[in-house]
Amino acid sequence: MKNFTYVMPTSLEQVVELLPGPRDLKTRDRVKVLAGGQDLLGELKEHLVEPEQVVNLKGVPGLADLRPQASGWQIGALVTLAALEENTSLRASHTMIAEAAGSVGSTQIRNQGTVGGNLCQRPRCWYYRHEQAVCIKKGGAECFAYGGLNKYNAILGGGPSYIVHPSDLAPALVAAGATALIRGKKGERTVELERFFTLPSEGAVTRENVLAPDEVLVRVDVPAMAGWKSTYVKFRERSSYDFALAAVAAALKLDGGKVTEARLVLGGVAPVPWRCEKAEKALVGRKLDAETCRVVGELALEGAEPLAHNAYKLPLAKGLIAKALTKLASA
Amino acid sequence: MSDAASPPEAKSSPEPRSGSQAKPALTRRAFFKGAGVVAAGGVIGEAVSAANARAYGPATLEGTVEVELDINGAKQKVTLEPRTTLLNALRNHCNPPLTGTKLVCDRGSCGACTVHLDGRPVYSCMTLAVDTVGHKVKTIEGLSPRGELTVLQQKFCEHDGSQCGFCTPGFVMAITACLERNPAASLDEIQNACSGNLCRCGTQPQIFEAALAAGRALQAKGGK
Repeated sequence: MKNFTYVMPTSLEQVVELLPGPRDLKTRDRVKVLAGGQDLLGELKEHLVEPEQVVNLKGVPGLADLRPQASGWQIGALVTLAALEENTSLRASHTMIAEAAGSVGSTQIRNQGTVGGNLCQRPRCWYYRHEQAVCIKKGGAECFAYGGLNKYNAILGGGPSYIVHPSDLAPALVAAGATALIRGKKGERTVELERFFTLPSEGAVTRENVLAPDEVLVRVDVPAMAGWKSTYVKFRERSSYDFALAAVAAALKLDGGKVTEARLVLGGVAPVPWRCEKAEKALVGRKLDAETCRVVGELALEGAEPLAHNAYKLPLAKGLIAKALTKLASA
Repeated sequence: MSDAASPPEAKSSPEPRSGSQAKPALTRRAFFKGAGVVAAGGVIGEAVSAANARAYGPATLEGTVEVELDINGAKQKVTLEPRTTLLNALRNHCNPPLTGTKLVCDRGSCGACTVHLDGRPVYSCMTLAVDTVGHKVKTIEGLSPRGELTVLQQKFCEHDGSQCGFCTPGFVMAITACLERNPAASLDEIQNACSGNLCRCGTQPQIFEAALAAGRALQAKGGK
């Protein structure tokens, strides 16, 4: 790890002052913000980033607040995954968010890892994580996963990069209709969390979200979900702890056994949390039986283009969707 | 790791155990540590308190700095760099060195470096030492200040909960935190508590038995 200057600002004004300018795309990684550090320290140790300055956000008051509101929840960027997982009222109202938080990493990682860090973490693709592999994510010319070993890569939304977004919280928060509060040099802005994440074909291919070099994620606001039932179902190669091979965040409103509203977002299959709007529409008015699970699974994975080594993700994701819906039917 | 202020250590060689509290004459570790301090001796910065930050701009640590860490209930001034991990600080910058916390993967994957930060188990290899200023760190050495075994450690012995023993401190720290919160933790909860710890010898079944037995013993003693 290269040495750096460590800065401990005590306000968001100071934080954004320390960040590069909004258009300093080439030099943006000279300054990195530190939250829980569970992703950043890995990047520093592998020399994927070598910042001159590391700006610790923990001195800024209020960023770790987790507040229930009449209109929903305000989740500060520095709220730990453990705090989300352990909050019993959040678990009751937004089950999928608590379940997703609890499925991240290990106990040790959840005790330090934060919501902001989980949403802004960099990809886990082994080509990206390899110091010597200058892939398209790191400004190189090609995605080595595309023609290489791509067991863990995208089956949906890929190209020109085929990473999958590694966050467990992202699908659950997108399914909950969350918005992201962002602070930059020019002030605050809010973005629907679904629009926060960018496909490599539409945003900068070396980034995974809309944050400009001068911006930092401050808070996530989650609307109330009265009358909804939700769950997060994740499949991992190692049961002790691991990133998702595929995952499903599902939320439903039911009336007399029939679905009246639905949200379905997949994790681990695309460069962004993958919203399945067609499948959501198809769910409305249906009973949660085997036929519904089959139809919804087909629609959710429509357009999937597996690479050489990841076609297993298709039946896996369909199976997880069926599992999630069946779980909600009996919840 | 290429941390200039602290000499690299052979990852694979567990250090020889010194029997009691007796001060070793000149160990390889002590020699390197001394050499490191001399080499780093030039620039010693000063931590500006957060309270002053508003008036003078944010506190900044640059180069080699002296910070005060709170380890096992005692405050200790250590000289290190901002990039120094807590694990590195414990093993190579503290006096005496706290080498019960083990360096294995150095990537937050194996749990051998688990310590408590404000009572919660964390990976010390994925924590910057400077980021723990103002927080309480507890290492395996701090579990029993007088050197006696804790209930959990006794149960590890009784149930044969270690083979090579290199992962043991990490497991003990992870499970201790779990039992401190809930001595009646179920097998599921115990497994979850140490799912971030690896034992390549495969002693998990005995570790779980030891943890459950310790939980029962702690409950019989009324919690602690």
